[in-house]
Amino acid sequence: MNPAISVKGLTKQFGPRTVVDKVTFSANIGEVLGFLGPNGAGKSTTMKMIVGFLSPSEGSAEVCGFDVLKDPLDVKRSVGYLPEGAPAYPDMTPLGFLRFISGIRGFNGSEREERVQNAVRMTRIEEVAQQPIETLSKGYKRRVGLAQALLHDPKVLILDEPTDGLDPNQKQVVRDLIKEMASTKCIIISTHILEEVDAVCSRAMIIASGKVVADGSPSELKSQSGSGDLEEVFRKVTLNA
Amino acid sequence: MRNVRLIFIREFTAYFATPLAYVFIVIFLMLAGLLTFFMGGFLERDQADLVPFFEFHPWLYLFLVPALSMRLWAEERKLGTIELFLTLPISMTQAVTGKFLAAWGFSVTALLLTFPFWITVNYLGTPDNGVVFASYIGSALMAGAYLAIGSMISACTKNQVIAFVITTATCFVLTLAGSPVILDFFSAWASADIVQAVGNFGFLPHFQSIQRGVIDFRDVIFFGSIIIIALIANAVIIDWRKAT
Repeated sequence: MNPAISVKGLTKQFGPRTVVDKVTFSANIGEVLGFLGPNGAGKSTTMKMIVGFLSPSEGSAEVCGFDVLKDPLDVKRSVGYLPEGAPAYPDMTPLGFLRFISGIRGFNGSEREERVQNAVRMTRIEEVAQQPIETLSKGYKRRVGLAQALLHDPKVLILDEPTDGLDPNQKQVVRDLIKEMASTKCIIISTHILEEVDAVCSRAMIIASGKVVADGSPSELKSQSGSGDLEEVFRKVTLNA
Repeated sequence: MRNVRLIFIREFTAYFATPLAYVFIVIFLMLAGLLTFFMGGFLERDQADLVPFFEFHPWLYLFLVPALSMRLWAEERKLGTIELFLTLPISMTQAVTGKFLAAWGFSVTALLLTFPFWITVNYLGTPDNGVVFASYIGSALMAGAYLAIGSMISACTKNQVIAFVITTATCFVLTLAGSPVILDFFSAWASADIVQAVGNFGFLPHFQSIQRGVIDFRDVIFFGSIIIIALIANAVIIDWRKAT
């Protein structure tokens, strides 16, 4: 069987700058892969290429066996994507927004509404479901973005900084949700918060200056330092890169 | 088609989610009325037709239509929703068409709300309603051409004000392309063929010929091809510069 995500030699150049440099990895259903790295390391750009928003300068990415350049629509159907900052149309309500997404995802009639209600329930946004998105707090906005990403129950979820800027309680809600879905999906999250890796990830990749500098389970990464401290490993591998 | 329809509905209702729709319709109707009665001499002319009403449309559209088109793509860029929108399972053609049709649908709605003029003129006299109908078609086509150009320009920037200003300027040049203002500028240095080619791009002659009551195939093709070419360019621009 194909891995859920297979990335080979993925490279992105913006002019003379190489932002992502020959990134290669694959990930399977059941894995929660954490992209870890300093700001500007190329985590978001890698994600944008996997979901088909940016086209790679070199290399390839496959999602559920579909090539992102050859079958972009099939890739987009298989993926749920939360862009950085969870953008959503501010003048819509979460319900209106999710109904639009549900329709575009190909659901009709009662199923369209069922999917919306289910996503609202899973992300616990019932109480704000009728308010314009622009009036929502950061935590709720993020959860509306999550609801949009998992509405069609995709095999692959790509979440760019899903807990950034949330308070501890809100973080917990999002992490629980990720753990809940972990066994049936392949999930990639990006973060620069190290505790996140311990909290939800089954595997972590440290990315620095566009390159993968470490890859393994959180405990494997920790064993690379004498003290077993993830932060120390992070500093060691990212400062030299 | 389904996706185009869904995008159309979202974009069309987006106009009504803010005061934009109401402001636009009220100002459009007020200005249309003022121009028709005071500058067009609608009553003094003593003729049962809507010429003084339609002849101001190119100028009204010049600064009202860019206000509709400026948000189409610039706002998506500004809000970052373009990343969400373009990672949904929709094709670029569906995305561009859905948005354009929503803006066009809205401007046609505003145009249709001018029906009291048509009732008035029918009450006062016996106008040639065929001519009125043709004029409405011509006006809608011209609005579509302005909108397609505006949508293309909106795709270039995340600043809506810039999109507005450049669209107005571009449409101004295209509207007047057949007139001496623009032609003199070109005839100073360009060959006669080029001057004539530029002249043929003028919106006004095409609009005026439809306004006379003849829906000439060539005029329809003219506005139709402006719309299609601008929308293709729109798609290419978005595809080329998605992120910034």
